[in-house]
Amino acid sequence: MLRLVLILAFLAVPAAAEQVVAGLSQNRIAITANFDGSELLIFGAIKREEPIPQDTPLGVIVAVAGPSKPLVVRRKERRFGIWINTDAVEIDLAPSFYAVATSGPMNEVVKDIEDLRHKISIPRAIRSVGAPMHIQDAPAFTDAVIRIRSNNGLYTLLEGAVEISEETLFKTSIALPANLTAGGYKTRIFLTRGGRVVDEFETEIPVQKVGLERFLYNLAHERPLIYGILSIVIAIAAGWGASAAFRYFKG
Amino acid sequence: MQIYLPIAEVSVNAFLLFGLGGIVGMLSGMFGVGGGFLMTPLLFFIGIPPAVAVATEANQIVASSFSGVLAHLKRKTVDLRMGTVLLIGGLIGAAFGVQLFNFLKSLGQVDLLVKLCYVVFLGIIGGLMFIESLRAIRRAKQPGARPLRRKHNWVHALPFKMKFRTSGLYISVIPPMLVGVLVGILAAIMGVGGGFIMVPAMIYLLGMPTKVVVGTSLFQIIFVTGFTTLLHATTNFTVDLPLAVLLLVGGVIGAQFGAMIGTRLKAEQLRILLAIMVLAVCSKLALDLLLTPTEFYTIGAVEGHG
Repeated sequence: MLRLVLILAFLAVPAAAEQVVAGLSQNRIAITANFDGSELLIFGAIKREEPIPQDTPLGVIVAVAGPSKPLVVRRKERRFGIWINTDAVEIDLAPSFYAVATSGPMNEVVKDIEDLRHKISIPRAIRSVGAPMHIQDAPAFTDAVIRIRSNNGLYTLLEGAVEISEETLFKTSIALPANLTAGGYKTRIFLTRGGRVVDEFETEIPVQKVGLERFLYNLAHERPLIYGILSIVIAIAAGWGASAAFRYFKG
Repeated sequence: MQIYLPIAEVSVNAFLLFGLGGIVGMLSGMFGVGGGFLMTPLLFFIGIPPAVAVATEANQIVASSFSGVLAHLKRKTVDLRMGTVLLIGGLIGAAFGVQLFNFLKSLGQVDLLVKLCYVVFLGIIGGLMFIESLRAIRRAKQPGARPLRRKHNWVHALPFKMKFRTSGLYISVIPPMLVGVLVGILAAIMGVGGGFIMVPAMIYLLGMPTKVVVGTSLFQIIFVTGFTTLLHATTNFTVDLPLAVLLLVGGVIGAQFGAMIGTRLKAEQLRILLAIMVLAVCSKLALDLLLTPTEFYTIGAVEGHG
C-alpha cells in the first residue's frame, strides 16, 4: 500500500520539461596580493526532451550572492545642531555582494510571487524581520543598504545581460569587485517560462585568500598575540633599518 | 599597482599608501606628533574600514616614532627620565581607556564621541598654540624685547619632586604622570599616539624646552602605541600588517626628512605650523558633524560579528 502511494506520488510530480545545465569559467576564486577584481563567466544550456514550447516566453536569471551577515543600519538626525546617529534597525541577513543578471526586464522574466518565493531580486535577497516599534519607516533602512552597496558596486542588477541564443544556450558575465569578502559565493540560475520558475540550478564558488594573504589572515585570527608582536617587531625593524639606511646615504 | 589587504579586505594602490605614509611621516618627524590624527581620517577616506584603520595606524606610529627617536637620540634631545614617567602614566591611561571605549561602545554612540573628542581637543589645543605662537613671533620681532622669564606656578608647589636634567627641570612627578594618563586614555579612544596633546602639555604645563619635547614625546608614543597595537590585535583582529608595512616604509623615510627640516625651523614657526594643521583637521571634522550629510544612513556590523 505504502509503495503504491509512493509510486503515485512520484508520478504525480512530472519531471521538469526543461532543465538547466550550467558551467562557470572559474570553480574557485583566489584572492592574491595583487587581486584587483575578477570576471566570472557563467554559461549553460537548456536541456529538454520535447520540442521547444512556443506559447510562453523563456527567461534566464543568474544571481551571485556573497556570504551573508547581519547588519545594523543607523540613521543620522540633527540634534543640538550636529548630526548624530539616532534610529538603528538591525537587518538579519544581507549578502556582502549580490549581482543579478537577467535575460530581459526583471518584471517580465519573473513574476513577483516567484521572486518572493526564490528571493531573486536585490530587495528580496535582504532579510529584515522586525524594526523596533517606534520606527515607522523600516523599509527606508533596507533601501539605504541597497543604495549604499549599489553605489559601492557591491549590489548590481544587470537587466538584459544574459544572452540567450536559439532558445537553448545562454551566457553572461559578472564582474567581481576588488573589495571582495572571502567566503562561499552562492550562484543560482533560474529558468523561467512566462514568469514562472521551471528549473533552478545552484552551485557555490569558494572565494579564498591564498599565499601570504591567507597566512597572515590565519595567523591574525588563530595566534593574535604572536601576530601582534610580529607586527610591532617588523614595524620597529623597518623603522630602524630605514633610519640606518638614511644615515648611511647621508655619509 | 593594486594590492589586496588581507585584514581590511580591500584592494588599494600601493603607491598611494606609500605616499600617504611619507607625508604623514614627515610631519611626524618635524613636530614630534605621531601623525595618527591625520592618518586615521585619511585612511577612512580611501576606504579602509575604521576599525582596521585605527588599529593599523597604531602599529604604523610605532615605526615612524622609532625612527624619529633614533634621530633625536643622536642629537641628545630625548629626556629619557621624563619619558619614562610619562610612559608609566600612559600605560595606566591606555588600559583604562580601553575599558571606557568598550563602555561607550555598549551605549552605541562611540563614533560620535570619538569625533567630538577630536573636535574639542584639536580645537582647544590648536587655538591656544596658534595664539601663543603668534605672540612669541611678535615678541621676537620687537627689537630689545627681553625673553619671557619662566614663571613659577602651581606645578612647582607639588610634592615628589624629581630632577629632569635633560629638560633642566626640578618638578613634581605628579603633573607629567597625569599628562601621561590623559594621553593614554585618548590613545585608546581616538586611535592616535597623543603627541598633539602631549607636546603642548609639556611646553605650557611642564615648561619643558621645545627641542626636548619632540624627542621625549616620540619616545613615550612608541610604547603606548605598541601596547595599543597588541590590544587591538588580540581583541579585535584588526591590525593589517601589509597596510602597516606600506605606510611605514613611506613614513620612516618621511620622518627622517621631517626631523631635518625641524632642526632648521625656529621653535615658534614649528608651533604655528602645527597649530594651523591641527585647526585644519579640527574644522574638517566639525564640518562633517555640522553640515547636512549626503547620506543619512550608515551600515555597521552587528556586535560580535566583526
